[in-house]
Amino acid sequence: MQQASAPAVLDPEVTQSRAANGAPAAALSGAWDIRALESRARSLKSQLKQLAADPGRHWDLSRIQRLDHIGALLIWQAWGKRRPADLALAHGHEVFFSNLDSAAAAVPAAPFDALRLVRALGAVMLIAGEHLRGIVQLIGQILIDSFVLLRHPLHGPWREISASVYRVGTQALGITALVGFLIGVVLSYLSAEQLKAFGANIFIINLLGMGIVRELGPVIAAVLVAGRSGSAITAQLGVMRVTEELDALTVMGIPHTVRLILPKIVALAIAMPLLILWTSGIALIGGALAANTQLGISVHSFFSGLPDAVPGVNLWLAMGKGIVFGGLIALVACHFGLRVQPNTESLGIGTTNSVVTSITAVIIADAVFAVIFSDVGISLS
Amino acid sequence: MIPVIEVAGLWTQFGDHVVHKDLNLTVMPGEVVSLVGGSGSGKTTLMRQILGLEQPARGSVKVFGIPLQGSSVQLVQKIRKRWGVLFQEGALYSALSVFDNIALPLRELRAFDEDFVRDMVMLKLDMVDIERRHASKMPADLSGGMIKRIALARALVLEPELVFLDEPTAGLDPDRSESFVTLIRSLHEKLNLTVVMVTHDLDTLVSLSDKIAVLAEQKLIVYGSLREAISVKHPFIVNFFLGERGLRALSAVGALEKNRDRTTGNEGR
Repeated sequence: MQQASAPAVLDPEVTQSRAANGAPAAALSGAWDIRALESRARSLKSQLKQLAADPGRHWDLSRIQRLDHIGALLIWQAWGKRRPADLALAHGHEVFFSNLDSAAAAVPAAPFDALRLVRALGAVMLIAGEHLRGIVQLIGQILIDSFVLLRHPLHGPWREISASVYRVGTQALGITALVGFLIGVVLSYLSAEQLKAFGANIFIINLLGMGIVRELGPVIAAVLVAGRSGSAITAQLGVMRVTEELDALTVMGIPHTVRLILPKIVALAIAMPLLILWTSGIALIGGALAANTQLGISVHSFFSGLPDAVPGVNLWLAMGKGIVFGGLIALVACHFGLRVQPNTESLGIGTTNSVVTSITAVIIADAVFAVIFSDVGISLS
Repeated sequence: MIPVIEVAGLWTQFGDHVVHKDLNLTVMPGEVVSLVGGSGSGKTTLMRQILGLEQPARGSVKVFGIPLQGSSVQLVQKIRKRWGVLFQEGALYSALSVFDNIALPLRELRAFDEDFVRDMVMLKLDMVDIERRHASKMPADLSGGMIKRIALARALVLEPELVFLDEPTAGLDPDRSESFVTLIRSLHEKLNLTVVMVTHDLDTLVSLSDKIAVLAEQKLIVYGSLREAISVKHPFIVNFFLGERGLRALSAVGALEKNRDRTTGNEGR
C-alpha cells in the first residue's frame, strides 16, 4: 500500500478462465484500492456481479497487488455479501475480508408509525406550551430580581445597563435613520399622487403625521431592533451556553438573570422609545422633503401644520409602544438564547426563531395597542 | 522509498516572533512520529503547515513527494484524499448524524452506491468499536471518547496512507485513553499507516511512537527513538521525560534501563 507512486502497480483487472478441472474461474489482478477504484467502481462491480452469478466459480484473488477495505468490500458485495466456496487469497489479504460478514447486518430500520402526523402535531403543541412556560418563568424571575434590586439599588447592574443602551440604542441610530428616511420619502411620494387627484394636497401632513408617528415609526424601529439586537442577544447567550459560561456564572453564585438578562431588558425598554422618536422624526423629515418636491408644500408649513394634525398624545402612545416592544424583543431574545443547546446547529436555529418570534410578537402587540387605543389621539379636524 | 513527509528549511514567523527557524523533518512510510514540545513551541502550527492549512514564511513542505506550495489545486486535492486527520475536538459536523459524518467523504467521491456506503460505514464503526445503534445519533448527544472514535473512523474511511492525530487522548479518562492507544496501534499494524501525532500525554507517546521529534528553541532539538531522545540533556527533555511523571511512564515500558544512572543524576539537581 505504501509505494503508491511505484510504477509497477497495474490497473484493476478481471480475467475469465477455466480451472484445471474444467470449472469456470475468475482471476483478479492489479490494484484494488480506493485510488484505483475511484473512477471505475461501478463498471467493475457489475462485471464481477455477472461472474458471481455462477455459484461454482473458482475465484483467484492471489494476484491482487494492492488491496484495502474499499476494494475488499466491493468484491464481497459483488459476491452477494458472502464468500464463495472456492476462493484463493494472497497472503496478508485475509485481514480485509475477515470482518466483512458482520458488516452485512443491516441497521435496524425505524418502525412504521401510522400516527406520525398526530404525534408531530402533539409535539408542536407541547413545544409551544414549553416555550410559554419558559417565558412566564423568565418574567417571574426578572420581577423577583427587580424587587431585590429595588431594595439594594447599589448592587444593580448599572454598568451593564449603560453598556447595553449604547449597543442597542446609540449604535442603531444610523440604520434606523436611513430606513426611516427612505420610508418617509416613499410614503410621501405614493400618497402625493392620490391626494393630488382629489386636490387634497394639504392632507399629506395628516396622513404622514398620523401614519408615521402612531404606527410606522414604532413598528419599523422595532423590526430593525429585533433583527439587529434581538439576534445579537440570542447569539451571545447561546454562545455563552455552548462555552459553559452561563454555568460558570451560576456556580459562582451570580444569577445570570440579574447580570445578563435584566440589563438587556431594561436597556431595550429605555432605548426603544428614544429610537422610535428618532426614526419617526427622520421619517417625517424625509416625508416633508418629498412633499415639498411633489406637492409644493414647504418644509416650514409641513412642520408648522403637524401639531394640529397629530395630537400630542400620539407621541406618548408611541413612547409607550416603544417600552413594550423593547421589553418584548429583549425577553424573547433572552428566552431563545437560554434555550440554545450546546451545539452549533442549535445556535443557528435559536437565533432564527428568536428574530421571527420577536417580530411576530411586536406586530401582535401593535395590533393590541391599535384596538385598545382606537379612540385616543385621533382628531378629525 | 520516498519519504511520506519532507519538511525542509521551514521558517514560521508571527510578526517579530519567530516560531520555527530552519526546521527540517522527514517521515518515512510506516513510521509513527510524535511531535512534542512546550506550549507555544509550534507543534500544532507545524502540523497545520504540513496539512496546508497555514503557509510557512519560508521553506518547503512535501507530502508523498509532492510540494504543497506551488502545486496545482487538483494535485493538492489528490494528496488530501490520501491522508486522514483527527482533530483535537473531533470536528464532527454537528449538523450531520454519526452515519452521515463518516459517509460524507465516501459520498463526495461519487463513485460508490448507497449500499456500498452503508456497509463501509458499518465496517468502520466496527473498526473503532462503536455500536451500530449510535449511527443515527447526532454528535451533540455523544461523549468525548465516542466523538474521538467516530472522528477517527471518518479520518480512516478513505483508506488513508497517512494519518494525523492532534492530541488523540486529550480529554479522555485513563481507561479510554488506554483503549484508544490500543486501537490506534492495532490499526497501524493492520493498515500499515504512517502516523504523525501531536501529544502531551507521556503514556500515549511512549507506547505508540517509533520516533519522537522534540520541538524547542525554534527547531527540532532531537529526532529519533525514545532512547535517543531521553539521552539528550536539554532542560525541556529533562523536565518532560525525566520528571516524576515521565519516569513513571518510562519505567512502565522499561525504556529506562540503560539510562538509569543518568536519570538519578538528574533527580539530584
